[in-house]
Amino acid sequence: MPFETPHARLLVPATAKKGDVVTIKTLISHPMDSGFAKDSTGKIVPREIINTFTCSYNGKQILKMGLQPAISSNPFIAFDVKVDQSGTFDFTWVDDNGQTYKDSATITVS
Amino acid sequence: MRLRPAPLVGLALGVGLLLSLARIALSESDPALAPYSVGTEKSGFLYASPQTRAIQTDDFNNPGFLAVDRGKTLWNTVAGTQGKSCASCHNAAETSMKGVGAAYPEVDAKTGKLVDIEERINLERARMGAPAFAWESDDLLAMTTYVKLQSRGMPVKVATTGPAHAYWLAGKHFYEARRGQLDMSCEQCHGQNNNNNLRTETLSQGQINGFPTYRLSWQGMGSAQRRFRECNQQIRAEPLAFGSDDYNALELYLASRGDGLPVETPSVRK
Repeated sequence: MPFETPHARLLVPATAKKGDVVTIKTLISHPMDSGFAKDSTGKIVPREIINTFTCSYNGKQILKMGLQPAISSNPFIAFDVKVDQSGTFDFTWVDDNGQTYKDSATITVS
Repeated sequence: MRLRPAPLVGLALGVGLLLSLARIALSESDPALAPYSVGTEKSGFLYASPQTRAIQTDDFNNPGFLAVDRGKTLWNTVAGTQGKSCASCHNAAETSMKGVGAAYPEVDAKTGKLVDIEERINLERARMGAPAFAWESDDLLAMTTYVKLQSRGMPVKVATTGPAHAYWLAGKHFYEARRGQLDMSCEQCHGQNNNNNLRTETLSQGQINGFPTYRLSWQGMGSAQRRFRECNQQIRAEPLAFGSDDYNALELYLASRGDGLPVETPSVRK
């Protein structure tokens, strides 16, 4: 089946001028079970959230973010980056279950 | 770094906002909101907070597009004994499904039974020799959302005459009949009292042009019939089964009640 892992959506501009500040948006499908909710049978749903998000630009980490159980499902993260050279943004989401989800996007800076 | 606020934070903010925005009439002069009302019919979009509207109108921020992506993949995935995908016969959904979602529920010509779009998808899957998607499963919601998205912006137009008329009457009856321990009908809240406050909530007209919708309180997508079940529970009536004749008829009646409103799938509501 095609949906075994969470599905990420990225919005990174394809091109920018040197020195521009660009907005990057990410959205990933994830239930973000807080560990406090109960299912229909009254059992606690164990905590399983994305606990860390990182973004690297050309191999250098530019953002690392810790996520907590109060963050809603399908976490949406947006931030601004000043770009000076063309390159690749690598995004990682680390799940409580130990899995890491990755995605990347390139930008051409002129 | 910006985060979508957690539901509890949103609720706290929402309470403050609702007190000041108790009546939607305040914002109706905005031309950007004009497409969301037709005559006296008003989409739930107009009752949503500006922050919630902003999530809906940006196709990236709108988490309903996670379902759209999934639906698009399913559309092209071969399933069943015939070895076919939806795309094998219908090609690109962008053209073949345009306007389809705006006309459902409709009476199935073969069986004479009223079917909504979820049931139509499963009837098609039966023809493919593929197992039906379960009601409210991620797959069925995703496929429904993807198909209805192709009609986004088009006016809702369902058939209410001919073979559909008996269903339409049954839906109208369901809408107007009192039920549950609170002995209330749909009409009492969404007709007689729409735009009035029920505690902190402004009652909407109960239009279904945006379904399946991403509700922030559900933290996910849900169909119109999931909303019917929730509404029924709120008036302490026993919710009916998904796909029951009464709910299908109600879906038809509500669609006709919002005749001409634009399809908004995937809408975002709190």
